[in-house]
Amino acid sequence: MMRRVWAILVAGVFLYFLIAQFLPIIPDFGNADMFLRVSFDIISKSTTSNYNVVEFKKSKDLEDGSANVVTSIVANYRAFDTLGEVTVLFCAAIGVGILASVLKPKRKIEFEEHRVLRISTGIIFPLILLFGVYIFIHGHLSPGGGFPGGTTIALGVLLLMLSNNEFKVTPVAKHIEQVAGAGYVVIGLMGLAIGGVFLMNFLPTGVVGNLFSGGVVPIVYILIGFKVGAELSSVVSDLREG
Amino acid sequence: MSNIIYYVSFILLGIGIYGIVSQKNLFKQLISLSIIDTAVNIFIVALGYVQGGEAPIYSAITPVANFVDPLPQALVLTAIVIGVGTLALGSILLIHIDEKYGSLDPDEIRDTREVVE
Repeated sequence: MMRRVWAILVAGVFLYFLIAQFLPIIPDFGNADMFLRVSFDIISKSTTSNYNVVEFKKSKDLEDGSANVVTSIVANYRAFDTLGEVTVLFCAAIGVGILASVLKPKRKIEFEEHRVLRISTGIIFPLILLFGVYIFIHGHLSPGGGFPGGTTIALGVLLLMLSNNEFKVTPVAKHIEQVAGAGYVVIGLMGLAIGGVFLMNFLPTGVVGNLFSGGVVPIVYILIGFKVGAELSSVVSDLREG
Repeated sequence: MSNIIYYVSFILLGIGIYGIVSQKNLFKQLISLSIIDTAVNIFIVALGYVQGGEAPIYSAITPVANFVDPLPQALVLTAIVIGVGTLALGSILLIHIDEKYGSLDPDEIRDTREVVE
């Protein structure tokens, strides 16, 4: 009981600080001034050149050609951040794998198998896989990208695990992950060799909105998609049995 | 009233802090941490909203830029992925603690350790 009162006090102090001290200094919701923000240059895709208006299916050979501006930040302007993010996820997956393998009593979570689930999984799993691949191939055109696409694929694998107790994620997943992660670094080094900057966008960027546009962005996102899919699948399988 | 989304995220933050301080079960504390994670993500995305702005994607519907701020969204994408990583790592650590001491309550774990020693 004492603990709860104490918790309410602590949370209340935090809330008081946030609402009374912090809320007045941030802009009102919806009143962000885009012209003063860094994102303005990123949206007009002119961080190094003069301002130009970007138009869908018309502008071409910009410094970044992906129609999805979030993707162009994640996989082009801040690609080094994303490399670090992928490394963090890699370390977490390795940690889960090691900690799951040293658990003393070997354990495995068994689910009750059900015929309906099993057959419908057989029908729907290829569609989930296809949808995941679609999400990360179109990451530079539509909402989505490597991380949601990989997660979708990992969820398909989870569905296979729920429906079939014999299903196992083989070490192939780990190999896919390593190859994709190494491929990201290789693309960065190619940028260094060709343009002199690590992770530089060295391919032609094409017309905004076309499937083949954005230079290295789709390649990076496809690699991230494979990596995240393999990684999360092995995390799920490590948590299930180890 | 227009700032209601900020209050939503602050209240979620308060719920998370309350959960961390009040709960004894370590797994509930981990879930509280992930609630705080969500609250901060909502707050950061809300900071970038522009009245009447569209999702920051050039498409047939929005051929010319009239977008909300895409930078917070990109940062939140990173934060979500790292949140997943920490949640997975935390839960496997808690599985270890549970198998070793048979409990996730810090007080019970302390008692068990004293008995063992």
